[in-house]
Amino acid sequence: MIDFTFTEEQEMFRKAAREFAENQVAPFIPEMEKTGKVPDGLVKALGKAEMMAVTIPDAYGGLGLGYTARLIALEEIARISVATAMMLQVFALGIEPIIKFGTEVQKKKYLPDLATGKRLATAAVTEATGGSDPTGIRTSYRKDGDVFIVNGRKCFITNSHIADTLTILAKNEANPKEFCALVVEKDMEGFKATHEEHKVGMRGCNTGELSFENLKIPKENLLGDEGKGLRVTMAAIGDVGRGGMVGCALGLQTACLEASIKFSNERILYGKPISNLQTIQNKIAEMKIDLEAGRLLGYRAAAIQDKGKPSSNEFAVAKYFTTEASQKAAKMAVDIHGGYGCMEEYAVSRYMRDSAVVGPSAGTSDIMKVIVARWALS
Amino acid sequence: MLSIVVCVKAVPDPKEACKIKIDPGTKTLLRCDVPMVINPLDRHALEAALHLKRTGEASITALSMGPLPAGNIVKECLALGADRGILLSDRAFGGADAYATAYTLAKGIEKIGAFDLVLCGMASSDGATEWVGPQVAVFLDVPVVTMVKEIQEGAGRNWLVKADWEDGYRRVAVQLPALFTVTRSLNQPQTLSFSGIIKARQKTITVWTLDDLAVSPETVGAKGSPTIVARLGTIQNKRSVKMLGGTAEEKADALVGILAGAGAIG
Repeated sequence: MIDFTFTEEQEMFRKAAREFAENQVAPFIPEMEKTGKVPDGLVKALGKAEMMAVTIPDAYGGLGLGYTARLIALEEIARISVATAMMLQVFALGIEPIIKFGTEVQKKKYLPDLATGKRLATAAVTEATGGSDPTGIRTSYRKDGDVFIVNGRKCFITNSHIADTLTILAKNEANPKEFCALVVEKDMEGFKATHEEHKVGMRGCNTGELSFENLKIPKENLLGDEGKGLRVTMAAIGDVGRGGMVGCALGLQTACLEASIKFSNERILYGKPISNLQTIQNKIAEMKIDLEAGRLLGYRAAAIQDKGKPSSNEFAVAKYFTTEASQKAAKMAVDIHGGYGCMEEYAVSRYMRDSAVVGPSAGTSDIMKVIVARWALS
Repeated sequence: MLSIVVCVKAVPDPKEACKIKIDPGTKTLLRCDVPMVINPLDRHALEAALHLKRTGEASITALSMGPLPAGNIVKECLALGADRGILLSDRAFGGADAYATAYTLAKGIEKIGAFDLVLCGMASSDGATEWVGPQVAVFLDVPVVTMVKEIQEGAGRNWLVKADWEDGYRRVAVQLPALFTVTRSLNQPQTLSFSGIIKARQKTITVWTLDDLAVSPETVGAKGSPTIVARLGTIQNKRSVKMLGGTAEEKADALVGILAGAGAIG
């Protein structure tokens, strides 16, 4: 018999993450919405609350809790701030290649500081010519003795301006079929974080461009085998990236549902709360059904990932379903709020803007369908 | 080393207060549909104990009474840093009022053995009688200070604490062993941490039943409770407006008459 219940410990992780999000993340939201910048205090709070340490093995200063615990934490943080959950999910995207493919020296060098938040990570793969198809990237490397010389640009990189430890993907100048995944430190000669984006939603989560101009990376920073870098980054993006977006979307769905229930119980029309109207109940039922189904898909994929099995296809299904559902939920939540839904004082207007960013992040719904179709047809 | 017992109660999450319902027959809370949490003021009591442990040597026992699922909140206390958890759980303890609860908790503390300090939240968010702490102190025959908001001197056996008192405060000198009930201004409780939850894997919760406490079933639970809840109702606040006429003096005289008639002024 399949057991669909969370363990007592997992329920406690949820409670811990919820307490953290409600008490320590929520106060930063007005500043994030106003400035669009990442508050220093928020990053410090995430580190202190051990949020970056969840998937890092305990041998390297992490908690070694795995992916279900990560999904729980992301869901609870996204329920309060999707921008913060996004930031956190991409920290993990930068950390995962080091966990999975790093040498012992690399793990000891980077993971302990990444676990505490002393170092901040990201993964930089996407370029103007390739995001979901990383073979289309133009950033290139050549070897010069013990050093990789990298040139190129990356765009739409979450945490671009706050990360100091970045996993990047570059193509061999001499052989376009060979890729290398390399760990870059922001102080390296030739590295620069350039343009900062102003997104429609997820304000306060930093996204921007990176420039590599004769960026010199020592060979000790190569992740995995030389020429096999695609495998390194795709392993991280497929499971951890999509899984992280599922957490963001589930939290957003929950926030939309909770706000809609509260508002529809308080808003009186025709002498009764609007939650008594069948048309409102219909929307709330749809939101609830989508949330329940999304959780089943997401946590099933996380459970597979925790067993060490490939889960990127299952996460593609969950990512498609939950991000689409979060966009539907945000639209319905705004509709239920009527005119109030257009006012910034009401969080649902932020949910609507955030939902627009959740969709394309870590692969659009159309790309998810491509992946799911390949899986089904294989 | 200070031996501290912190009494904690599982209460319906106050954030979900709108979902709380009362059984019209038993006149007790229906707890099944609402998640249970540590009574918020008990978090302050536990934090006070944790602070004493951080600044000196102390062992902390979290003690609760309730059905087995209440073990979750004891586990949370262990995750927050308590060293040991004890749950008093027996069908016979069910339906206890404040008096029977205090008696049962006191028997649990007696079984724990020698203690220096018992800490309780000033009140629970569901019952809110504020009686349990002081009654535990009476059963244990130790001094009690209610509504403690600051521990000013806490070394040796002679302690000095500041406690709320209507619009002001009291400074109370007290000798240990003693019991304090605490207010939320005493400290800011830390949040649960993932590593604390992991550490709690190594800590166990002991469950004590009626037999373990060696008490008569007549003295605990509903049978040992002298309180009878006769009726429950919702207080209706009704307002009415009366417009006074006449000159300012006439209106003032009429107003004084109305207020005096309502007993608002002497």
